[in-house]
Amino acid sequence: MNHKLVAEDLTLFRGERCLFSGIGFALGVGGVLALKGANGSGKTSLLRALAGLIDLEEGTISWDGRPVLDDPQQFRSQFAWYGHRTGFKHDLTPLENLRFDAMLRPQRDSSPRDVLRSVGLEKQMELPMRLLSAGQQRRAALARMLIADVPLWLMDEPFTNLDIAGREFVETTLGTHLARGGMAIIATHMALSLDANLDELVIQ
Amino acid sequence: MPGMIAAFVATTQRELLLSLRRPGDMLNPLVFFLMVSTLFPLAVGPDNETLKEIGPGVTWVAALLAMLLSLNSLFMSDYEDGSLEQLLLSAQPLPVLGLGKTLAHWLVTGLPLVIVAPIVAVTYRLPNEVIFVMMLTLLLGTISLSLLGAIGAALTVGIHRGTALLSLLVLPLSMPLLIFGARTVALAANNEVYSAGIYFLAAYAVGALTLAPFATAAALRISNE
Repeated sequence: MNHKLVAEDLTLFRGERCLFSGIGFALGVGGVLALKGANGSGKTSLLRALAGLIDLEEGTISWDGRPVLDDPQQFRSQFAWYGHRTGFKHDLTPLENLRFDAMLRPQRDSSPRDVLRSVGLEKQMELPMRLLSAGQQRRAALARMLIADVPLWLMDEPFTNLDIAGREFVETTLGTHLARGGMAIIATHMALSLDANLDELVIQ
Repeated sequence: MPGMIAAFVATTQRELLLSLRRPGDMLNPLVFFLMVSTLFPLAVGPDNETLKEIGPGVTWVAALLAMLLSLNSLFMSDYEDGSLEQLLLSAQPLPVLGLGKTLAHWLVTGLPLVIVAPIVAVTYRLPNEVIFVMMLTLLLGTISLSLLGAIGAALTVGIHRGTALLSLLVLPLSMPLLIFGARTVALAANNEVYSAGIYFLAAYAVGALTLAPFATAAALRISNE
């Protein structure tokens, strides 16, 4: 399906401070939007506002032509979130975590085991999450994105804690996602090397 | 995507599994309840009449405080490791997921209190018929406390050391439970009619079950702004 995310005239305040105002963008299938800006400029806040975690002061976000605020529940079934924190329980194994996650949003047919194997966690999938290194935990978080059957990925600094192989892996994974008709919004200060429709939005 | 019921069951199961992996957290409220309620008879003295008089009140206060103690951790670890974000951004209705967590909380903290209540009742020399009444009031009361507590825990989840605030929020709402719960047991101990109190506690539990999940969901969204 041809999905489209359009944001117009977004304004966000945190307390008294205006983080950004009047920004907008349009994102279609196969497109990536990179959010750039200095630390504290509001990249993460913009991403959280897009996900509906924070209320915007002004502006509209629409998905397939309909404002997302009309039916936030429906919009939430269209994206997967990759945050600062992995969002996994440290006392559970990657497999158990992923199985629980499968309840939260539409899933692809691939089994959690296969996906964990494909992100390189074959030997760790039955270990408690807290025994995994930070990089391995990020890989598990990537597995969550891969198994979700959603068109939009919202990613906050996906390259932190990853080695060079890990970074390349994120980019390959993103490539796969885009090739199958996905789109992504990524807050990062790294340059992305992607074979895709890459747009940049710089927040002052 | 799996249905709402499946998501509810999965949330409850995950929480129970987490409690099993950390049994210490689960035992804390129970041990507190047992310590407070069994130390009283030792301190007050072996006079049967006095014990019978204070038994219902002391047991109920201990149960209330034990429940309050456990509330702080309800959403705290989810907040810290980011899994709360995943719940908030889930395509499943948040009240259902919150209710799943609340049910698990009640199963690991509320239900054990109900189960050990007979032991406590015996230390206060309460007759057998009264033990049943005490268990019933605690059963209904702890269900309401878990549900009310979830609202408070959701509101204070972003605040460091929010325990005092949490107690301040939840205590006023739980006063009717304490008054009716303890009084009902006391009436039963004096062979008087006590059914009105049971009805009240049951109505309160039903009301909390209907409204609290929505309040909890709204509170979680506010505190994650």
